[in-house]
Amino acid sequence: MESLTEKKLESLALMATRLREDVIRMVSRAGSGHIAGSLDMADIFTAMYFHILNHDPKHPDWPDRDRLVLSNGHICPIQYAALAHAGYFPVKELDTLRKLGTRLQGHPHRGVLPGVETTSGPLGSGLSQAAGIALAARLDKKKHRVYCLTSDGEHNEGNYWEAVMFAGRNRLSNLTAIVDRNNIQIDGFTEEVMPLEPFADKYRAFNWYVLEIDGHNFEEIVAAVAEAKAIHEQPTVIVAHTIPGKGVDFMENDYLWHSKPFKPGEAEHALAELRTLRGKIKSEHQ
Amino acid sequence: MLNPDAKLNPHLFDDDAAQAPTRDGYGTGLVAAGEADPNVVALCADLTESTRVDAFAKKFPERFIELGVAEQNMATVAAGLGVSGKIPFISSYATFSPGRNWEQIRTTIAYNDANVKVAGHHAGISVGPDGATHQATEDIALMRAMPNMKVFVPCDAIEAHKATRAAAHIYGPIYLRFQREKTPVITTEDTPYVPGKAEVFWVPGKGTGARAPKSDVLIVACGALVYNALHAARELEEAKVGVTVLNMHSVKPLDERKLADLAKKAGAVVTVEEHQILGGLGGAVAEALARHAPVPIEFIGMHDTFGESGSPDELIVRYGMTSKDIVAAARRAIRRKKLL
Ligand SMILES: Cc1ncc(C[n+]2csc(CCOP(=O)(O)OP(=O)(O)O)c2C)c(N)n1
Ligand SMILES: [Mg+2]
Repeated sequence: MESLTEKKLESLALMATRLREDVIRMVSRAGSGHIAGSLDMADIFTAMYFHILNHDPKHPDWPDRDRLVLSNGHICPIQYAALAHAGYFPVKELDTLRKLGTRLQGHPHRGVLPGVETTSGPLGSGLSQAAGIALAARLDKKKHRVYCLTSDGEHNEGNYWEAVMFAGRNRLSNLTAIVDRNNIQIDGFTEEVMPLEPFADKYRAFNWYVLEIDGHNFEEIVAAVAEAKAIHEQPTVIVAHTIPGKGVDFMENDYLWHSKPFKPGEAEHALAELRTLRGKIKSEHQ
Repeated sequence: MLNPDAKLNPHLFDDDAAQAPTRDGYGTGLVAAGEADPNVVALCADLTESTRVDAFAKKFPERFIELGVAEQNMATVAAGLGVSGKIPFISSYATFSPGRNWEQIRTTIAYNDANVKVAGHHAGISVGPDGATHQATEDIALMRAMPNMKVFVPCDAIEAHKATRAAAHIYGPIYLRFQREKTPVITTEDTPYVPGKAEVFWVPGKGTGARAPKSDVLIVACGALVYNALHAARELEEAKVGVTVLNMHSVKPLDERKLADLAKKAGAVVTVEEHQILGGLGGAVAEALARHAPVPIEFIGMHDTFGESGSPDELIVRYGMTSKDIVAAARRAIRRKKLL
């Protein structure tokens, strides 16, 4: 990983804003799609695809690439935007999200779009698949890392905790889970629907190494991933505290924006807000 | 012509015919069932609004149980409630329930004979842009193969309401299949609805007994595609083809008597479903007719393939489920009969 210079930080911030803009345009054009989680994971996806991952978009099947497994597939708009800008496929194709005949299916489908490692959408099964990929890497004596991006809501699934147990039991230190801890799911706030706290303690109890970060701070994201690499006997979970709908005032922290479609004018309004944010991010780093 | 005895919506073929998603009928039916019986309880897995359980949750908050995104737990908690005198309805998308929790349903609900109703929503490809992961096209097969389980597939919101109410009255495991999109309201309050009995919605013409017009083909349909089947029947009638349309709202138990009787008269059959033809309505009809009345059958449905993203209308076209496709299938079935 190259060092995180001021210049790099600024370019990451600009890219994250760009991806957020694309997400809003894509979901608005498609007429449906999951917006809140896509926006709040924009910084993490940016850090992953534009700084952290050891990958080659021109050779998506390169055997030694790091794997990014998206478990909560409904936030694929942000992954699609990141993949396109990273060079996996033309940015123009983002316009086809959810349309008949597209490679950008409503939930990601492995094999049709380069860069998608597993089919997902049905929640709670991504970490198991990532654990399997990590185990295969260990058996093959491969050095690549496996990152599983997950959501807090899918921790309701039994299958999810079976994977947590499995990875802890097998000390899968090449596996890092990054949880979008945005506190929302469809029926409301996670602590009201099905409480998850004490969240970090649960992972500790299953023999995971736990880090908690501000999911919108690039320095923290990068430092946490680096720390995880230095842990040799345990899988690591990075609990990324995020603000659902991050970047658009009228969406932030409102669980209804999980997948609410835009009303006429709302997408333009959201884009206008993001533009002012771009200025804000810049000035914070200057 | 529309079967007058079925008392269907007289404005059915109007451009502005009333439309409602079948899941709406589930929502109102569940509230009515809850009013009629204090033992009715509703369980949901983080999809309360889109499965239309919200009205019940609002009206009977103490009888509404939120599981979070945990379909396996939902099925097994419901089984416990079901063997304790409650009448639990569990609701999620059909890909997840009965998709993800199939074994739990098999062991703790069906084999256990727990009085649980499984409501599978967003069934079929007309779910649209969410794509194949969210389009249940195997759920009828999954549930039909399970001993003790009944399978009801309502064709419109009114029938969905009736099916939900009926399910609350009948003891034992029942699978109810609902769809997301608005579809035409085919039936009326007065349309006969008896669980397990199929209803003839289209007859070849006026007259009974010896003067009864000849039926050239029988179309057996379930779910919202019954509407397309009726459209196809109208088109075929204009071309002087005698058609019978049977609304097979109960795929299990299957009304084999009526099916065999009508199939014998027509000598050719088309099945229509938004589901895999393997193991679904098509499979069920073929199994029954192989025993009672072997005739040529054509199958409208998913032919061993997954769906994809697209608008509901586009997908119905792409996967060959329009009224035109049904007309073509009927003509094929009739041709095959003449070759026999
Ligand atoms: C097995 C399964 N059950 C239900 C769903 C429907 N669903 C899609 S997203 C979601 C909410 C999950 O919470 P979270 O991932 O935290 O949502 P977000 O923070 O992105 O709003 C649900 C229940 C699903 N995709 N998969
Ligand atoms: Mg969440």
